[in-house]
This record gives sequence, C-alpha cells and structure tokens, in this order.
Amino acid sequence: MENTNKRYWRGLEELRNDEKFVKDAASEFAAEPTESQYESLIDGVGTHRRDFLKVLGFGMAAVSLAACEAPVKKAIPYINKPEGEFPTIANWYATTYAENGDYASILVKTREGRPVKIEPNSLSKISAGTSARAQASLLGLYDNEKLRGPKKGEDTKVSWETVDKEITQQLTQIAGNGGAIRILSQTILSPSTKSVIADFTSKYPTTTHVVYDANSSSAILKGNEISFGKAVLPSYDFGKAKVIVGIEADFLGTWITPDTYSKQYGETRALGSGKDGKKEMSRHYQFEAGLSVTGSNADYRSAIKPSQVGLVVGSLYKKVAAKLGGASISAPSIEIPNLDKAANDLIAAKGQALVVSGVNDPAVQVVVNALNSLLGSYGTTINLDKPANYRQGSDIAMNQFIDDVKGGKIAGVILLGANPVYDHPRGSELAAALPKVQFSVSFNDRADETSSLMKYICPAPHYLESWNDAEPLAGSFSLVQPTISHIFSTRQAQESLLKWAGQPSDYHEYVKAYWRKNIFSLGAGGDFEAFWVKSLHDGVFDSNSTAIASGATFAGDINAASASIAKTYKAASTGIELVLFENVGIGNGATANNPWLQELPEPVTKACWDNHACVSQKTATDLGLAQGDVVKVESKGKSVEVPVIIQPGQANGTVSIAIGFGREKAGKSANGVGKNVYPFATSIGGYLSFLPGEVVISKTGDTREIAQTQTHNTVMNRKSVLQETVLSHFQKDPQAGRFIPKIPTSEGTVDATDLTLWNGHKYKNHSWGMVIDLNTCFGCGACVVSCQAENNVPVVGRQEVINSREMHWIRIDRYYSSDADVEDLRGLEIASENPEVTFQPMLCQHCNNAPCETVCPVLATTHSSEGLNQMTYNRCVGTRYCANNCPYKVRRFNWFKYFDNDNFDYNFNNDLGKMVINPDVTVRSRGVIEKCSMCVHRIQEAKLTAKKERRRIVDGEVNVACASACSTGAITFGDMNDPESRISKILEEEREGRAFHMLEEINVRPQLSYLTKVRNKDVTAKPAEAKEHA
Amino acid sequence: MNISFRMNAEFRSYLSYSRILFTIAVALLLNVQNLAFAQDSTATAAAAPAGGGDAAKGETLFKNNCAQCHAVTDERVVGPGLKGVSSRHDFAWLAKWVRNSQAVIASGDPYAVKIYNEYSKAQMTSFPNLSDDDIKGIFAYVDQAATAAAPAAAAGGGAVAAGGDAQGGGPSDLFVIVLVALVLVMILVLGVLLVIVSLLSKAVNGDESEVAGKKDFMTNLSNSLKRISMDPAIRSATLWIFVLLVLKATLDGAYSVGVQQGYAPKQPISFSHKLHAGEYKIDCNYCHTGVNRGKSAHIPSANICMNCHGVIKKESPEIQKIYTSIENNQPIEWVRVHNLPDLAYFNHAQHVNVGGLECQSCHGEVEKMEVIQQRSSLTMGWCIDCHRKTEVNTKDNQYYDKLVQLHASESKEALKVADIGGLECSKCHY
Repeated sequence: MENTNKRYWRGLEELRNDEKFVKDAASEFAAEPTESQYESLIDGVGTHRRDFLKVLGFGMAAVSLAACEAPVKKAIPYINKPEGEFPTIANWYATTYAENGDYASILVKTREGRPVKIEPNSLSKISAGTSARAQASLLGLYDNEKLRGPKKGEDTKVSWETVDKEITQQLTQIAGNGGAIRILSQTILSPSTKSVIADFTSKYPTTTHVVYDANSSSAILKGNEISFGKAVLPSYDFGKAKVIVGIEADFLGTWITPDTYSKQYGETRALGSGKDGKKEMSRHYQFEAGLSVTGSNADYRSAIKPSQVGLVVGSLYKKVAAKLGGASISAPSIEIPNLDKAANDLIAAKGQALVVSGVNDPAVQVVVNALNSLLGSYGTTINLDKPANYRQGSDIAMNQFIDDVKGGKIAGVILLGANPVYDHPRGSELAAALPKVQFSVSFNDRADETSSLMKYICPAPHYLESWNDAEPLAGSFSLVQPTISHIFSTRQAQESLLKWAGQPSDYHEYVKAYWRKNIFSLGAGGDFEAFWVKSLHDGVFDSNSTAIASGATFAGDINAASASIAKTYKAASTGIELVLFENVGIGNGATANNPWLQELPEPVTKACWDNHACVSQKTATDLGLAQGDVVKVESKGKSVEVPVIIQPGQANGTVSIAIGFGREKAGKSANGVGKNVYPFATSIGGYLSFLPGEVVISKTGDTREIAQTQTHNTVMNRKSVLQETVLSHFQKDPQAGRFIPKIPTSEGTVDATDLTLWNGHKYKNHSWGMVIDLNTCFGCGACVVSCQAENNVPVVGRQEVINSREMHWIRIDRYYSSDADVEDLRGLEIASENPEVTFQPMLCQHCNNAPCETVCPVLATTHSSEGLNQMTYNRCVGTRYCANNCPYKVRRFNWFKYFDNDNFDYNFNNDLGKMVINPDVTVRSRGVIEKCSMCVHRIQEAKLTAKKERRRIVDGEVNVACASACSTGAITFGDMNDPESRISKILEEEREGRAFHMLEEINVRPQLSYLTKVRNKDVTAKPAEAKEHA
Repeated sequence: MNISFRMNAEFRSYLSYSRILFTIAVALLLNVQNLAFAQDSTATAAAAPAGGGDAAKGETLFKNNCAQCHAVTDERVVGPGLKGVSSRHDFAWLAKWVRNSQAVIASGDPYAVKIYNEYSKAQMTSFPNLSDDDIKGIFAYVDQAATAAAPAAAAGGGAVAAGGDAQGGGPSDLFVIVLVALVLVMILVLGVLLVIVSLLSKAVNGDESEVAGKKDFMTNLSNSLKRISMDPAIRSATLWIFVLLVLKATLDGAYSVGVQQGYAPKQPISFSHKLHAGEYKIDCNYCHTGVNRGKSAHIPSANICMNCHGVIKKESPEIQKIYTSIENNQPIEWVRVHNLPDLAYFNHAQHVNVGGLECQSCHGEVEKMEVIQQRSSLTMGWCIDCHRKTEVNTKDNQYYDKLVQLHASESKEALKVADIGGLECSKCHY
C-alpha cells in the first residue's frame, strides 16, 4: 500500500497550508455573503430575523391572492404539424461542427424544432467524442448579441436587397478597374465552400483567397513540403505508437484535433486486470515549458525553456541518428532530463514510435520529420497519403495580405469568419489600414473587432442553421444540415457570395450538386438520391479510397534546418521567456462570448473567467511575486497586466499566458475578460511564433483574486482519494496501488467494507452505475460542459466562482503528487517544480449508504430502487445539511436565482438564451441543493422506450451526458444488474484488480467505481526509510 | 384543553352551568363549517317537489348524462329544453323515450316523430340502464331547477361548469370568514344582552350580592359570566380556538391553491367532445396523436381538423374559425385545462401505451363533456393514491418479466406500481 502514502495536493495553497486554504477546508461553505457585499443582489441573503414576519405575512397574502385565480395557460398546437415532428419527442439530426478548422461529427437533439444538445456521432471514423468547445457551440446558436440582420456602416435597418445591389455594383466596379479583392478566412474544411469561392473568383477574377490560422500550424505544412514535397498536414495515429514524444505539442488539449488524438492515445493507455486483459501501454515523454494537459498525462515530463526547444528536437535527433545511422547534424546538443531515455525508448520502439512538435518553425518540423523518418513512423503512425485539412493557413500569405492592405494595394476585403484585428499579432496595423480600403464586407455574426471596421456586415447564421459540408481528412466527408430555421434575418456567406457572383443562391442545392458531381463518384454508385439521403442521415461519408499508409522517403535538407535551429535557439538564457498557449475551453478566442466556456476551469490551473501569467515557484520567488499579484509583462513596446498564478511544473524562467482572452467586441460574457496577448506573438522567418522570447515582468502593486476552483471542495483530508501505481507493479499484481482499508475489531482486522450499520438496498430491476478509468481520463473538461448543457446548470460568473459557488455537477479534480515521502521536505520541494498530475472526475457517487440521505430533515434526498440517489428540488428547504455531510463535496447550493436575474446576465437572462434549456430537466430555483442525477431523465426515457416496445433495455441504449461526450470512453455507464452490459464486464474483470470506490474506509458503498491510474514509469529504487513509512 | 380550575368552592355550583354555555359556544363555532358544507344540498333538497323522485340524485344523473344536450329551461341546446316536460307527458312515456327514443319514434307516436323531425333527425342517446327511480329523480330535478333557474336564466351556459366545485376544497375562504365574523358578532350581542339583563336585575334587587344564591338567578348568572370572561384560562382557550379555526381555514385554502378540479374554461372554439368522441365515437388517438408516443398527448393541429372539416360543416361559424386561423397562419390558442406544475413530469405514453389505462381514468367521461373539464384533482396525493392501488400491466411485456417473477417469489399480492418504485421521487421530479 505504499502509494497511499504518496503525498497529493490540490494546489500550492494546500502544500503551503495557506491561512485561507486551511480556513476554507474546515468549513463546508466558504464565507456566507455579507450584506454590504450583496446589497445590490436579490433579496433574501440579508434577511433579518425581524423581517421574517413581514415575509411570512406577504407570503400569506400572496398565497391567498394566488388562490383567487390561477393564471390561464395556453396550449398552442401547430397549424400544420410537420410530418415526423412530435411535440415533446426529440428528433436527432446528424451534422458537423467545423469552426476554424476544429472538426467534430455530431448529432443534434432538437425538441419542438430547437436544438438542445450536441452529442458525438458514433458513425464517424474520424472524430471521437466532442470537445468542450463543440459542446458549447450549441449556446453560440442562442447568443443574444448577434446581429439581427445586415448592417451598413452604423445602419442596421438596411435591407438585403439594398446591400446586395450596392455590393454587386462595387464589386463589378472594382473588378472592372482591376482592383484586388481578397477573401480572408481561417481554415475552411468545406469543399463546396471552396467551390463557391472559386465561382466567385471566376466572376471577379481579381479575387484571391487568403487563409490563415490564429494558432498556426503553417510550419508543419512547410516542413512536409521541404521533407517530402507535399505541403500537407499528415494524419497521425497515436493509437499505433508505443513510444510517444511530444515537444511543445498539447495534442490532448489543443493541438490540431485533440479529440481524435485523445481517443487514439487513450487506446494505448487502456489496461485490463483480467487474465487476458491488456497489460501493455504506451510510454509518453513530454518536453514543454508550461504544464499542459498533455504534459500532465505524460509518464515523463521535462520542463524546458522555449529558447531550448529547437535544440531539444535536434539533440533527440542526434541521439537517435547516432544509433540508427541517420545523417548527423551540426546543431549544438543540450542535456535535458529524460532526453536520453526518450531516445533509447524511441529506438527500441522503431516502427511504433511517434514524435510530434507544435513549434511553428519549419526548421524544427524538418528535423522532427527526419526523426520520424528514421524511426519508421511514416506508414505506421504518420500517414501522408490521407492528409488532414484541419490547418491550411499560410502565415506568409497572411503577412503579405497585411502588407498589401497597408500599402493600399487592396480595393476589396471580404471577411469569411475571421477576426484578424483581434487574433493576429499585426491586428493593430490592420485595424489602422482596413478603414481605408475602398470596399469591405464581413460575414461574421456580430460587429466584432474586425467586422466593426468593415463597410458592410452581412451576418451569416450559426452552423446549426446552415447547409454545408466538410472534408476533415482527404476522402472523408461529412455534411452540415440545418437543425433550426434561421433565427434572425441572416444569410449564409456562401449564398451571399453566389448571389454577388450572379449565380443561383440556394446553397442547399449547391452542396447537393457539388456532391453529385464530385463525391458521389467516390462511393459505391447506385442512386444519387439514396446516396444523398443516406449521407445526410449518417452525417458522414467515407470514400472507398482508404489510402493504405505508405512509407515516405525523407528528402529534406536537414543541414540547412540544423543551421537554422543553431541560429534561432540557444541552450541557456537568463531572461524570462514568454509562452503563449491555447486554453482548452476558450481556444483561439473566436467563441469567447460563451459563458459555458468562460466558466469551464482550465484543466491544469483550474482557473476560469480570466487569463493569467503562470510562473514557477522559483521564478516567483526570484521576482518577489505571490499568487494574485498583478504583473506587467512587457516586450518590444507591448505590455499587458495580468494576475500571477504560481504553477508547479512551469519551467523556471518562463511565463505562460493564454490566448483567446481580452476580447473587446465579442459580447457581454467575453468583453474585458482577461487580456489579449496575441500582439506578443512574433514571427520566425515569417512563421507565427507563440514562443516570442524574452519579456520583462514587473509588479504593479495591484492584486486580483483568481477564480480557481480546485481548492474549493475539500475532501476532508482523507489520504486515499487517489490510487495509482506503475505499469511494472500492475503487471505483477493487478491490485497494485490499491488501498484496501482495514479496521481492527474484537474479532480481528476486517475490511472496512465488511462493517456496516446499514441494511443496504436491493435492486430488483436496474442498478445504474458508472466506472471511471483514471488511466484514460486526460482532464479535458468536455464532460463538464456536456453536463452543463444537459442539466441546465447555471453560469454563476467570476465573482461567484471566487466565492466557491460554481454550480457544475461534475468537476475534474486535478491533483499534484510526487514520489517523495510526506515527511521528506526536500523531496516535496523538488516535486513542486515538476509534479506528477492526476485528473479525477468527481460527481455524485450515488452512495448506497448515503450520508446525505440520513441528514435531510425533509426527505428531499432519498434512495431509489435503481441505485440512484435522488434529489427532489421541490421538497428541499435548503438546510444544506446534505452538502455538509457529503464526503465527496458534490452537492451544490443555489445561493441565488440564476435565471431572469440581471446580476447573472448570462444565457438564462434572455429569452433567446433560454432556448438552450433542456425541457426535460427542471430549472432549479434559489435555495435548493442540486447535484448529479445520473441523467435520470435519460434513464426514464430509455426505460419507457423499452417498455413501449415490450422488451428489456439493451446496454448502450442509454448513456449519461458526461460519458457520451468523452472522447476516450473513460466513463462507462450502465446497468450493473445486466450481466451482459459493458459495465458489468468491466467490473467483473476489475473487481479483483484496479476497481476501487473512493474513500472506501467510510464504507458508503457508491454506485460509482474508479480504476487505478497506472503510469508507465520505471520503478526507481526508493530510499529505504521511505518504504518504512508505507 | 388545558383549563386549570382555580375557582373557589363557592362558585363550583355555577361551574356546570357555565360549562354548558361554553360547550354550546364551541359547538356553534365548530359547526360553522359543517353548516356551510350542508348549505347547497339542503337548499336544493328542500325545494324539491314532494311528488317526484330524489332530485339530488337526479341532479348528478342529469349533469352526467343529459346536460350536454338538454337545458333545464326551454332553451334549445342540441336537443329541446326540458322545462315543463313532466307536465307535457306522463311518466311512462317519458321513461320509454329516455330508455329507447328510437323505439318510440318507430312506434309512430306522433309527438315523437314531430320532435325527431324538428331536430333534424338527430338521435338521442339511449339510456336503457336507468331505473324508474333514476328517471323520476332526473325529472324531479328538471322541474325544480327549471323554477330556480328561471330568474337566473340570462346568465346561462354555466350550469355544466359549476358542478365540479362541490367535491373540491370546500367553501371559499371569504364565506368562512364572513360566517366566523357573524358568529362572533352574535356572541358579542349575547354578551351585551346578558350584561344589560344583569344590570337591570341589579337595579331591581339593589346591592345584595352577599346573600346572592340560587334564588337570584340573574345576578348569579351575571357574576359568573363576569368571572368567566375575566378568567385567563377561558380567555386563552377562546383565543386558541379562534386561532386554530383561522389556521384550519387557511390550511384548507392553501391545500386547494392551484388545484383546479372542475376547471372548464371557455375555449376559443366551442369544440364539443361529446359530439366528436361521444356521438361520432372518434377514437381519442385520432386527434391526440401523441398519447401513445410521448409525454404530451398533443392538442391536435388544425390540419387534423381539416381531415374532416375540409368537407363537413364548413359553413359553421365555429369551423370557420379554424379556416380563419389557417388563412392567417395564426395558430388556435386553446386554453390549457389540465395543468401540472413544471416540477412534475408526467408522460402519457407510460400510462396509456404501457400501463393500458383508459383516457377516462384520469380525464373523466370526456365523451360526455360538451365543454372539456378537469375532472380529477391532479394533486400529488391523487397520483400516489393511484400508484398504490393500481396493478402493473405486465401482460406480454418482457420488460416486467423478471420483476414479476421476483415479486411472485416474495409476495402473494399482485404487483402494484408502488412495488416497482412508483412512489419514488425521481420518477416524476427531476
């Protein structure tokens, strides 16, 4: 049981025993709101005892008034009910989330004609699960701050006809004079849209399409062009890799298409305790400056400075090349912990190895390619023959575009879903030059930073209102179909372009015709209509040309690359270096006006509603900084002021700040939240670099509280919360790392679970439960947003998060740990430099011996005959005893009425935003406790479907929102009474293996089980005395 | 009641007397409600003509069976108004007509044929099951109601709707308050009268209180009343009774908040379920298409109406309303009759499709309702009660097979909804 003595901490506050942490840890609820603090907030909080009678009197009067006449409610049927549409019965449509190169094939649940939930499309072979952003894109549909119709200058009353007439006139004039027209967009996955642009170009031949990406991968395309003569983004298969090395590539969090990579990576991490269970897993090395989601899950992680990153790649190449006989390079070597080990493992796993780097420098990418080529990755883990289209932007073309606009060479700019004034480092130059352009039009849905500078805005509808298609990987297609009619007077960008090009503007017909002409032939043939209907139904279509990955011969100039690296990077630097990174929720900031994403805690820092300067403890000490200090970060005349987070694992001498914040014209939820750090990005040989080099950090003297959730919910100081082991121990004993609590009694020592005061429950029908595999949970947070959407969880805002009152029903606990012993103070100090990280999803455990149920004075929380811990809001009187008594701290109290309340001006405070509400789940009111219901409404619905069809429920028919969103399948939900269900099979295999209940020693017998975390690390001999403590 | 008797022996003799008075007062107070309840029925019963049947029973029968087509006045509804019908025909004829009007018409009875033709040969539903007493009762009610309704006839139309309330939450709050106030005033007046009497008797007898005994009844009475009224125990008891009564009335009122049993609002189109479901026997499912599929039974969309009314009765002003709605693309805004609170989840398919319940189990005899009315209280107690009593419809449903087996091994009782979690909170609240 040595692992149970491993020291875990949730944040430095705990490690240091901060005064505030200790205080909060002892009390269930953080300080109650004071009257002055909430004077402006709704009544109730400051109720005096003497107000009681007043309220009582008013209540009586209100009740008697209410009794006089019940309000008349209307029942309004359709005039002409659409076929297949049944009120209160959901319809599902397959469509595609494709925004700025992010891709997910999805199913959209609609109720009474409005989309209410997004789920992954299991028919897709490409996308897996849905990211937090894909889930939250639903709320984007109901964003109240979008334009209601076309806009000319400041005139929002202008009609489409007028706009069309004027624009066509101007375009004709410009093209007639030979003036240059530019269509500017981020990556477009849609072949039909590209065809529309081509049609437009043939009408106005001076048009050029410029593509850029806010978080660019331009150098990978360039690197592959240099190396293999193909300027493509290859498709990676992490699932085939035994050894994975990531160098500044957050492929589980934000790099290119993290959901797909997570799924593949998850397959290599899954284990089974049974006799035939999988006992091997991949080994993952990560070299990075800031602690990313990917780094958190790595078996070995080394913190490096950004200025070293090229040399790390070079040195790794040299080490591998030395053994495998590759060409030698001249770049200086660098010694980094674990680098030798990584090289040796890579060599041993030749043909099953993968090295990826997110550094946007072609020289680095060429060396990475050479390395992968040496390792035989091409044709196995990397496929150049089925290129991915997720990132097509060209930094060079974008820079040229900005130069041209500045030089007055452009007569017309058409903005197709891009916002470069905000998300490009040269945005301010563009902002100054754009108004001088003769003609400009934007298709963005709001007057954002760039669009507000345009002459016209012709707002395009949300993708859930649109027709479109996508080609994420060459030869794999998917369709976008509308799931709701246009909410506002908007028109698809493609239709506008077609109209201005003088073509028939029905884009639905256009996509269909495009598919008939170009995609139908790739299929099995037959009838096109049938093919079209099937493709629409499935949402995806894979052409038969499933290219078998072939090896590729590296033909790049590695010496030139090496020379470039030697010039750009250096082994040691003294200054503080800046790292810009993408936040998992907010992404590049395009959809920042989404309160769900703003409130999603960043997986590692667990902070939300802000971006921060993450520095290591050592750097903070050197600079005299404390958490929450507002610092000024300066570089080359640019500066931002952001609060400091002390981040274990951050490389010393570096500071990480997330992009995507500091929007100015996005809407209420995003404006002024955090600071925009895009201007800090620099360029290396014309390629956008998020590793911009040295900055100066100075204290401003201000402090700012950080909305950080991790330390909010105490787990009562228990020692056995997490259970983990290493692979070699697991191979010997599947129960390795398990903590089996024993209790001494008069009859000897017994298992804690053998002692009970309770009678237990008998589940005759179903016994719903979940198993959560800590080995395949990477902490991305998609489940949190999925749950929020499904269960009408309110958004509470920054101040309430600071007050520890976030409402999420599921949270991902992030623990830091080290191998050092609890009393080994020196060891702990080292650990906080680069700790191991474990993520643990935490939600209601649905205890059979539920501590909450026994303390409720009004029986508002009770146990069901199917294993659920039920919460009945209409019975709850808000004593909060249950939350106090919950050992897992998963119960949430509604301190306020979060709907129709101007103090919480998010989606629940406007009619459009409320359309997202799931009609099957109650919107809770002030003063009641709520918590995970295990999606009981879904269970009930599935049971009813089965009963209507006179059969039992089939496993997999019902899934909970969190589990369905998970791309790795870390959460398995099902009926434990059904011996054929997946959960039963997992538990059968793992019961004597990795499965454990959290806090087993208190014997609350949860319906939820966890599987131990296993790291693929070598066992280092521990000092003998450390073992004695175990 | 915790009244402590701290009186002197001297006054003990008066005790029994005052106790009686006290009891009467209490009884009077407590009876207020019962009196209020009784009001409706006694009033109607008293007015019943001596010769006829049981008018009270007749009223129920009439409202359930006849009122959809016949008024008690001479107003035409679907059929003729029934005012004075028992004087126009003898009982034997009437009984024959009620049990099988077609037979009477077929027998060539001139009046019957005349009526039949006058009402465009619409057949009256036959009621072969009604006994002589029932029919007598119905006509007794008609006669009595016709006289009573005459002055109020102008109000019209509301006769059907009013019925439901009597079984509901009791008399209105205002009514109770007024009664309580009246009783209090009466007690006050009584008190004042007693005081006057005692003063008068004092004036007559002079100040001879020392020798007051049984001889001087009035003086003793006044003294004892004075003492009683001064006694804190009695005072607090009275106060408590008053408070408790008000409390009970409030609670009763509170329990009936939101309970809309008997609610029969006027609809934008006077659609008759009696005609469609009753006479033409159109299946409920034909219009309420969701009842077997999902949560809502569905209020039919206008295109369902048009299936028939595209041809039938197009000229009727009520049907024209549907046409107008379609032409203007303005949906018909029906008034919702059955309202559950948002916190309760109810699913029609579970009850109708799976449970095999008849619509009438909850909605009452819709096929006899001219104006749709909420028959059941729709309170949680009502739901739970049914879940306790109702057996699960497990026949030919594999879903329940295992449950039935398990239950049979443990119990001899039938498998009730309550046995499979039908009383659990999150079956309806989530």
